[in-house]
Amino acid sequence: MQGETMNDLLFDYLPIIIFLALSAVIGLALLVAPFVIAVKRPDPEKVSAYECGFEAFDDARMKFDVRFYLVAILFIIFDLEVAFLFPWAVAFKEVGWFGFWSMMIFLGILTVGFIYEWRKGALEWD
Amino acid sequence: MIDWILMALDYLVGIPFLGWGASIGFVWKALLMLVVLLVITAYVLLADRKIWAAVHIRRGPNVVGAFGLLQSFADLLKFVFKEPIIPAGADKVLFLLAPLITVLLALTAWVVIPVDAGWALSDLNVGILFVLAISSLSVYGIIIGGWASNSKYPFLGALRSAAQMVSYEVSIGFVIVTVLLIVGSLNLSDIVVAQQEMGLAHALGVPWMNFLNWFWLPLFPMFIIFFISALAETNRPPFDLPEAESELVAGFMVEYGSTPYMMYMLGEYVAIMLMCAMTTILFLGGWAAPLEIAPFTWLPGVVWFTIKASMVFFMFSMVKVFVPRYRYDQLMRLGWKVFLPISIAMIFVVALVLQITGWGWNGGVA
Repeated sequence: MQGETMNDLLFDYLPIIIFLALSAVIGLALLVAPFVIAVKRPDPEKVSAYECGFEAFDDARMKFDVRFYLVAILFIIFDLEVAFLFPWAVAFKEVGWFGFWSMMIFLGILTVGFIYEWRKGALEWD
Repeated sequence: MIDWILMALDYLVGIPFLGWGASIGFVWKALLMLVVLLVITAYVLLADRKIWAAVHIRRGPNVVGAFGLLQSFADLLKFVFKEPIIPAGADKVLFLLAPLITVLLALTAWVVIPVDAGWALSDLNVGILFVLAISSLSVYGIIIGGWASNSKYPFLGALRSAAQMVSYEVSIGFVIVTVLLIVGSLNLSDIVVAQQEMGLAHALGVPWMNFLNWFWLPLFPMFIIFFISALAETNRPPFDLPEAESELVAGFMVEYGSTPYMMYMLGEYVAIMLMCAMTTILFLGGWAAPLEIAPFTWLPGVVWFTIKASMVFFMFSMVKVFVPRYRYDQLMRLGWKVFLPISIAMIFVVALVLQITGWGWNGGVA
């Protein structure tokens, strides 16, 4: 019986694989088509990096603003929080007041951290 | 063993009316879904351009086919016959892989979308988690493309896009949690069904006024936040900073041409349609008719679903026309300093109300 339900569970995911494979076929066909059909006459100017008509000044993999990293770190924290909230939300009817307050304490701690970041200016973009 | 292979073949490619197999094979259903999806995308693109043109008092595309109805297909042909250019400095494999990833992820999320009762290709019990996961992955298509191009504009565009998408993803996640609190299931069909079974109309004693039941009413602030975040998540104007013409030419797509470029556009529009469908499922009652009385219930659910999703898309288009583009700092402020605190507070409020009333606001059904 246990094996049966496990099979049913996996059965739900089989269509996803098949659908993914089918869309990969369509996508690959589209991607390959111009390489087969279209005329190709590459020249050095055509394949150089676009920089408004100038020669490329220096390497494109340049330094960038550290705030992008900060956003990524904040995202990880809050997305994990969402991931924790999902099972809690689904089981919310069963967990009662105890479940409610435990999650609110968790949210509260994160909110304190969020306020700290805000005050520190981690969210400023100017 | 033979039995097992026959069963598998029947499931995959069975054709009952040709006397082979017991049910329509899944491959045919999936192909039908893909073709319908791609054809609808073609017309959604056209509708977008037409709406934009109409507001400008222009005609928009009107040459290819009657009213320009074949414009998107002409565009497809044009893209296929364009010379594909791979920049000399680019990482060739990643450069071509990125648009493919974008399209694949955008299409795959549609597997779990129920367009009518039981009409999902895979009625996954964790459907909404699947959609969220797949739509978070779509940031890879953009950042890989921007990095692999080895050019400055794409690089900056990809960075902006990644930061923007992850920022709004957080608020989308919180909005979904509030819906889950009420429904108590991750299955998308369950979310739709729950919207018929409880709500204001039941409380008022007029259960046939279905549109009052849907979650857009009790969760109105979340509905607005979800809609705006969906705009930002799909890089739609007014949040199209990754491809702001005046600053970054075309953002992460600068070096792309021919079908790789088209696949980015395709992926973007399929993702926009997905967001319209998600808005419909989460807040507008999915496939249900707005009034549960005679003339409205004659239309099948899939038609209602399409009508609702189209109306959401119309709003997407109108926002594109009317609202000027945001500045990047305004965009980040809106995401982190407005939407995030509001949605966290709303989780508290919704959970508290549900806990105090004991799901009483819905008349005790759920």
